[in-house]
Amino acid sequence: MQDFEYLMPTNLDQAIGLLKKYENKAALIAGGTDVMVKIGKTRKAPDVLISLRRLSALRYIKKNGGYHIGALTTHRMLEQSTLVQSELSALHDAASQVGSVQIRNVGTLGGNICNAAPSADTAGPLLVLDATAVLEGPLGRRRVPLKEFFTGTYRTVRKPDEVLVEMEIPEDLGRYGSAYWKHTRRKAMELPLIGIAVALKLSQDNSQILDSRIALTVAAPTPIRAYPAEDFLKGKVIADDVLKEAGRIASSADCCTIRTSLRCEAWYREEIVRVFVPRMAKLAAERVKNR
Amino acid sequence: MKKVSVCFTLNGDSVTAEVPVTWSLLKTLREYFELTGAKEGCGVGECGCCTVIVDGDAVNSCLYPIPEIEGRSVVTVEGIAGKEGTLHPLQKAFLENNAVQCGFCTSGMIMSAKALLDKNPDPAEEDIRTSLSGNFCRCTGYVQIIEAVRRVAKGNT
Repeated sequence: MQDFEYLMPTNLDQAIGLLKKYENKAALIAGGTDVMVKIGKTRKAPDVLISLRRLSALRYIKKNGGYHIGALTTHRMLEQSTLVQSELSALHDAASQVGSVQIRNVGTLGGNICNAAPSADTAGPLLVLDATAVLEGPLGRRRVPLKEFFTGTYRTVRKPDEVLVEMEIPEDLGRYGSAYWKHTRRKAMELPLIGIAVALKLSQDNSQILDSRIALTVAAPTPIRAYPAEDFLKGKVIADDVLKEAGRIASSADCCTIRTSLRCEAWYREEIVRVFVPRMAKLAAERVKNR
Repeated sequence: MKKVSVCFTLNGDSVTAEVPVTWSLLKTLREYFELTGAKEGCGVGECGCCTVIVDGDAVNSCLYPIPEIEGRSVVTVEGIAGKEGTLHPLQKAFLENNAVQCGFCTSGMIMSAKALLDKNPDPAEEDIRTSLSGNFCRCTGYVQIIEAVRRVAKGNT
């Protein structure tokens, strides 16, 4: 095992100061469920690991002028939050299916997003909830819409001296419902073969789709929004054939670049998108009615 | 090799360890404290054989960087029996319910179950299944394991 230094700042300023000091020699670690696995597999480590685990001020789920979720919030906290379950349902669906209880107890939302795996469970739900990432570095804070956050597989716009502080979600979710489908072979301890998140905003009588957002994971090098399928749904009266067409558009080359990988063949992934976009749209609509 | 000195609570006792900074909690438990109840199965946080309880939560000790343990409280399978060797109700239930075959997964199973029951003494079967979903048994004795946990949950031992 390659030697490294392990630093444990207790506040954000210290963490950013250390990042600045060590520049490209350092890497951030939060829950460690990705970083430690990578170090173990490659036997290579950065010279310095800067742990964010003691930044307990960044563990929170708040609602005031929008929803604010601290980057160090664990998947378990999201899973056990009734606020997340009822108002940010797709995120609840995702967080409660990450790894196992042991992984969810330590793995963080910020880690899942910054690791930027194409399969990141929380990415799709946060995309359809129109989340914004709040980054802080030596030059201050900046806000980046999550749809502009991922730049490639395991790559993001986060600069090496920046820390992801929180995810912001706009407040006007009153008529929205959301849902996430993680397609797997097993019931637990799985990565998604494909991930599908849908958020719908319905009219007061629940008949018309006023707004729609669809996100796919493992359907491209990064988590993506399926804009053509979203646009198709906007303004439509909700009906089976309408949702079915949205599924067809979402699974087409207009929206995604689905590939065959070791874990799954492309045709099957496309089928699952085609079938589960309508199903998740229906579930999201149900959840608007039940709010 | 850089070393780190950590002070923490281990099965109720205050302890100090000076070990390489690259070590995991699992390696420290096994190599430094010679507590071999927690096992390394996969080493990547999937199998759950290394499960221990840190500050009340079940965690994979194989992925837990040792510097992080400073000031925290760790309970391993060695720490749950009574002082005179009386078995913990979960240990008893595993024995009586034939929930142990090869035994490699057992300590992890018991620690995940204990973390659940400490927080929720009367869990639904679904809660038990969720709590054990990160613990693999390759002899596939899951039914007996879940039944053993359920018996303790109901206080039927």
